[in-house]
Formats: sequence, C-alpha cells, structure tokens
Amino acid sequence: MANGSLANEVSYLEYEGKHKGIMGWLLSVDHKRIGLMYLMGIMIFFFVAMTLGVLMRLEMLTPGETIMKPSTYNSVFTLHGVIMVFLFIIPAIPAVFGNFMLPIQIGAKDVAFPRLNLFSWYLYMAGAILAIVSLFVGGGAADTGWTFYVPYSIRSAQNVTMTTMAAFVLGFSSIVTGLNFVVTIHRLRAPGMTWFRMPLFVWGLYATSWIQVLATPVIGITLALIMLERFMGIGVFDPALGGDPILYQHLFWIYSHPAVYIMILPAMGVVSEILPTFARKDIFGYKQIAISSLGIALIGYLVWGHHMFVSGMSDTSRIVFSLLTFLVAIPTGVKIFNWVATLYKGSIKFSAPLYYVLGFIFIFSIGGLTGLVLGALATDIHVTDTYFVVAHFHYVMFGGMGIMFFATMHYWFPKVFGKMYNEKLAVIACTVIIIGFNLLYFPFFIMGYMGMPRRYYDYLPQFQGWHILSTVGSWILVSGIVFMFGNLLYALLRGPKASMNPWGGTTLEWKVPSPPPLENFDEIPIVTGGPYVHDKSTYIMHPSKEGINANGAVKTVNQEAAL
Amino acid sequence: MTEHSEVLNQGETHAAHVHRDDEGSKMAMWLFLFTELLLFGGLFLLYGAYRFEYADGFKVAAAEMNSFIGAVNTIILLTSSLSVALSIAAMQRNQKKLALAMLWFTILCGIGFLINKYFEWSHEIHNGVYPGGPGLENMSNGEVLYFGLYYVMTGLHGLHVIIGLIFISFIMVFIARDKITSTNFQKLENAGLYWHLVDVIWIFLFPLFYLLH
Amino acid sequence: MSEQTQTAELTTGQAHASGHGDEHAAGHGHMVSYGTYFIVWLGLVALTAITVTIAGIHLGSLTLIAAMLIAAVKTTLVGYHFMHIKYDNVIIKVFILVCLVIFLTFWILTFSDLSFR
Repeated sequence: MANGSLANEVSYLEYEGKHKGIMGWLLSVDHKRIGLMYLMGIMIFFFVAMTLGVLMRLEMLTPGETIMKPSTYNSVFTLHGVIMVFLFIIPAIPAVFGNFMLPIQIGAKDVAFPRLNLFSWYLYMAGAILAIVSLFVGGGAADTGWTFYVPYSIRSAQNVTMTTMAAFVLGFSSIVTGLNFVVTIHRLRAPGMTWFRMPLFVWGLYATSWIQVLATPVIGITLALIMLERFMGIGVFDPALGGDPILYQHLFWIYSHPAVYIMILPAMGVVSEILPTFARKDIFGYKQIAISSLGIALIGYLVWGHHMFVSGMSDTSRIVFSLLTFLVAIPTGVKIFNWVATLYKGSIKFSAPLYYVLGFIFIFSIGGLTGLVLGALATDIHVTDTYFVVAHFHYVMFGGMGIMFFATMHYWFPKVFGKMYNEKLAVIACTVIIIGFNLLYFPFFIMGYMGMPRRYYDYLPQFQGWHILSTVGSWILVSGIVFMFGNLLYALLRGPKASMNPWGGTTLEWKVPSPPPLENFDEIPIVTGGPYVHDKSTYIMHPSKEGINANGAVKTVNQEAAL
Repeated sequence: MTEHSEVLNQGETHAAHVHRDDEGSKMAMWLFLFTELLLFGGLFLLYGAYRFEYADGFKVAAAEMNSFIGAVNTIILLTSSLSVALSIAAMQRNQKKLALAMLWFTILCGIGFLINKYFEWSHEIHNGVYPGGPGLENMSNGEVLYFGLYYVMTGLHGLHVIIGLIFISFIMVFIARDKITSTNFQKLENAGLYWHLVDVIWIFLFPLFYLLH
Repeated sequence: MSEQTQTAELTTGQAHASGHGDEHAAGHGHMVSYGTYFIVWLGLVALTAITVTIAGIHLGSLTLIAAMLIAAVKTTLVGYHFMHIKYDNVIIKVFILVCLVIFLTFWILTFSDLSFR
C-alpha cells in the first residue's frame, strides 16, 4: 500500500499496478474493476438469453412448427430461464453495481474481503461456462425448465446434470458475494455512517445479502441431490423408490422464492437512490423504506408454498401460504407509496434514469397486483401454468429488475466510466423499451386468462392474434434495448467527459471524481448527516486537511447520534 | 503486533486496507457456518419428512447399524473438538508447542474417525447395502430412503471432516511459521469454529442414524 | 499479556479511527482455563453415554424427543464454550438467532404440508 497516495492521482480505469493490460483486470482485487468484469459477463449472457427469448417468440408467431422442433423449444425455454435467472437477474445489480458502489457509498476503500470478491467472479464465470457448455455436450441441452422439477429431471436423457452443476457453482458465487457484503456493511462504514445514514441502496443490498447467505445453500444441496439421483439413484426424490417429488418442490422454492427478492431488492434500492436525486428532495419515509427492505426479505422466507398450490400440498398448508403471501404486499406498498410521495412537490428534473424509474413504478405495480391474483388460492387454480404466470413474472422480473438495471446503468454510467451519454437518445430508447415491453407481455395476461398454457410450442388458432401482437412487441423491445446499448457504447467511446456530480446527487459516490480513483477516497470521510440532504453537505471529505482530528470527530458524531 | 505497527507507520490514510479486522473475519466465518448449517439443514429436513412418512421402515433399517462404532466416533469427534479448543487456549498463552501438539492430536482424531467410517461403509457395501445395490432390492421404500439419506448425509459429513483436516493442516503451517501468534490467532479460531461445526452436525447425525430402536 | 493486547487494540483504534476499534479482538481477551474445557468435554461424553442408554430403553415416541433434546444440549455446550459464543459480541449472537429462527421456519412451514396431507 506504499503506492496508495500515488494510486489516487489516476482513476481506477487507468491505474497500472503490478500487472499490466488484461491481467491488471483478471487479477485485480479492486471492487470497481471486479464490478466491471461482472458487467462484461452479465451483458454477454443477457444477450444470449435475450436471443433465446426472441427465438421463442418467433416460434410462437404461427401455430405448429415455425422455426424449431418441440424438443428444441423445451431446451430453449430451459436455457432462457436458467441463464436469465442465475446469470443475469440474480447477480446483475448486486454483483455489478453493488460491488462498484457499496464501498464508495459507505465510505470504504474496498469490500471487507477483496480477494474473496475476485474469487466469486471466477466462480461466476466457471458456472457460466458450465451452463454454456451444457448446451453442446451430452444428450443435448437440459429440457426440464429452469425449475428442474423431479421426477422428469431425474429421467430426462438430456444433459441435466451439467446444467444443475452450473446452477450449483453460481449459487456458491452468490453466497460468497452476500457474505462479503454483510461483513463489509457491518465493519467498514465510515465514521459517523450510522445505520440510518446509509443510502437506501446499501439497505437493499444488506437485505439481499442475508437472503443470499441464508437461502442459497438449500438450493445447493437440492441440486446436488438431483445429481446424486441421476448418478446413483439414492431415491430421495424418486417416487419409484418411495421419494416424494413434492418435497423437491418445497426445497427448490425454499431458496427460489427468497431468490425472487434477491432479484428485486437491490433494484428497489436504486429506485430510492434515483428518486431523491431527480426530485431534488429528501426521500419520503427513509426509515420505513429501509425497514421494509428487511421486512420483504423476512416475509420472503415464509411464502414459498404459493408456487405449489396445485402440486398436491395439504389444504392447511395452501391456506397458510396464501395468507402469508398477501403480507408481502404490505412492505412493497410502503415502498411504492413512499416513492410516489417523494416525487410530490419535488423540483423534478426529467432525465433518462427517472424515466426508467417511472416506467418501473408503472410496470411493477401491474406485476405486483397480478401477483395477488396468483397468491389467492381460487384464482390461482384457474391461471396456474398459463401465460398469466409467465406475464406476471416477466412484469416483476424483467419489468422490475431488468428495467431498473437499465436505469442503474444510466444513473451511474457517468460515475463508472467518467463519460456522458446522449440524453435525448437515452430517453427515446427508454420510451421504445417500455412500449415494446408492454406490447410483448400484456397480451400474455389475456392469453393466460383465456387458457393458453405455458411452455407449449404450439397453440390453438384462436390465440394467434395475441401471439402476433406479442411477437411484434418483442421486436420493438429488442430494438429499444439494442438502441440503448448502442447509445451507451457510443458514449463510452466518444462521449464527452462527465463531471463529478452531473445529477446533483447527494450520496458519497458523487463526492469523488468520475471515474473514482483506485482507493476511492484520499482520506476516509466523516459523515455528519443523512444520505439525501440537498441543501448542505453532510460529509467531511478531508477531515485532516480541515483540521479535524478524526478521533475527536468520531466522538462528537457519536455524541450527536446518542442525543 | 507487526501489522499493528504497520498501520501506525503508514498513517491513517490506508488503514482500511491494511487494517486487520478480527471481528470481521470471525463474522464472515460465522456467516459461512450458517451456509453449512443450511446445506445440511436441507438434508435434515428431508430426513425429518421421510422419517415422519416411513417411521417403521427407518426403524427396521437402523437396526442393522452398529451403534457401538457410532458412539466411538462420537467420542472421537468430541475429543477432537476439545483438543482444538485447548489449542486456541494454548496459543493465547503463547505456548506454541502445546498448540501444535493439540492440532496434531485433532488431526489424528479426524483420521481415526474417517478410518472407522471407511470400515463401516465397506462392511455395508460388502453386504450389498448401497444405492442401487442388491441388498436394497427386497427392502421397503422406507429402508431404501434411510440408506439413501445415510450415505448422502454421512458422506457429506465425511467430506467436511476432510476439508476440516486440510484447513487445520494449513493453520499448523501458519503457526509453525509464526504467522499465527498469541495476539493474532483469528485464523486458528476460525478453523476451530469450522471443526466444531463438523462436530455439532455429527452430534445430530449420531442419534438420528444409529440410535433408532 | 492481556495488557499487551489492549494496548494493541488502542493503537489500532486510534490509527484507523473507525469507531469500532473497541470491538477489535473482543473475544481475545478472555482466557478460558484448560480445566473448564475438560469439564465441558466430560459433560459432553456423559451426555453421549446418556443418549445411548436412553435409546436402549423403549420409550416409544419419547425416544426421538429425548435424543434430540440431548443433542441440543450438547450443541449448546459446544457452541457456548468451545465456539466461544459466550464471549462473542451481541451481533454474532443475534446472527445465530436469526439463522436458527429461519431454519425453524423452514421446518414449521414444510410440516404444515406434510402433517396435514
């Protein structure tokens, strides 16, 4: 660390340490570089999975075989799900922007375990490569759906083992990231950064990290058991040997339902960052939003059974899970109302990230409310395994997490790369994306309600009109996404330099240069107030230069907090 | 001590990087133990569910287990847990040789446990009692599930014993090279935590698989 | 010796001024006597003997409950003394509690299905 002060004269992008060139990235333990390496991986897999999705929509353009055989369709929707869920949605915001922003937002120079952080990236890549390789080796890509339900996943002649292995490794990567974040948030907050002065994105990450630590191992053992079933026939899930397939579903959803909140909580955290910045106003109900993140994480553990209402579970259990499911609406509602209240009487500056957030609130509300239709026992039975379910989770997953990932990229783009993108084009792309999204997925609700089953490569002629509408929507959505990335890519190469704080943000990442220097801060700052105060600075960025004795300041800050 | 003085020498600016955070390290270890607990937790849940469903089959199957070997292995692991704890206490008192001796003893206990396990497994496999084996053909569903879970759970536990032994061997190298000292022994403490967890899991596996009459 | 540790803590605390210097090495100051560990071990061995004996008596469904209770007591002994939870900060105790409560929830909700089927 002798070169620490030298390192802070150049940005993390330009800094050259022990290793040069590509190795300077692959061996870097800097949280910012690791974040960008995740971004690279995640973008690639997002495009792979998106292409698979477009192919599925093409297949559905006409009844019967359009471009692929039914068995290919099975593999395509499985891989679309596996890649989107495990390689994009779960890691995208925490692993990319969590890694990048978490240490800066709490005033630390890095995460608690930088080497472990790099290790988790390698695990991610190993899992990703396994998932991609499983497409081409063995008896063909897995065709079980991303849920790997038994007994089919035990019997399928396709290459299920390798795909589950990939998910297993990715789960391990996710655990390591979560563990690192929990310790970082507990141990590395800057002096004066009390729990209720942390940015809400950090709260979202904290809740997420706990789910990663306390739920992912369950899917690990479940998938390991699938592999053992396939190799050795131990019988724990195989009905032929007395095993209970419903228990598999329990174990799978014990993880995978909380995982839904791994996906959405960081996205909700970013909403709470973007709104106060562009409304020029302190967030409304800071504590409620912070606590509701933990509330969602906690209730998330109690509701997994709502994925299994028609599986043959006991009636008692179905009623209990249905009731608990409705509870999730409470903390989610708290967030939505607080966000809207933040906008009320704010000096709103319309900008691309804010457009995405508004789109998010609209789309996510539809997704959330249709979730209640699925959570209610009677209506769920009518729409189970139809396009209604597919529409619901695309509205909350893609419309929630995906749209917010785009928002996040626009919001932190100037900070991460030090370049500015074309605002007008970004807003146009956003509009196209939101129109395309609704055109693509809204017909799913209608088709699902009419009885169109999911995961079929064929359909009755009466659905064709809706399917055509939806496929056209997929073209619009994809062109919007490509346009958006084109705009960002152009900005990356040719864009004008971004200033330190282009949006007037109030959290710590806007107090350091764009792009940030290697060690983020010359000196660990001292925090004297909340994260979204617009009229005065709540950070002392150079305590020693301003003649403030760090120890003394800590004491006064603590005394203030105590009072 | 050396790391502390480094912090002092280099001043405040780089403290966050160089700073050794024992409490954070311990916290991370505990979080890791939680993931281990839940990994086994899924299996315990399966065990509970199937024991609930096939109480009689489980009893029949467990009658074949040798509870004496199970009890011996329990004592071995408990003793090894004691020796790890003693090793930490010795390290705190700066008794490096005693600490190392205790860890050697722990490793011997671990290997003893594995040898017992080996004989136990090979005896059963010899009798054809293994997943897909001929010994299971005439058994009821409950018995088949019992042995399926038996192999998975004790196998995974055995794997953890091996990982624990490797972990402890590394720690012994660190102690020998004075990387772990009487003021800087969180790594040893973490290895101890891991080893105790392995012990705790066995504390539950033992009555569940061996003491079902 | 413990004085030495304390000074080390103090200097680190001042050096990085992070406000949690006092927690640093919190569990390290406590010297547990070798004797205490031996007594705990004796207790553990005794409990193992008891659990084996009880399993020999036919108590019906009580056998399982007794075995699990004894295992829980043994775990508490190992955790509290060998794993030093006794000397850990409150935050670690809270963590452990959260983990156990969530694990317990998995059981309760799964059995809400199994036992009413």
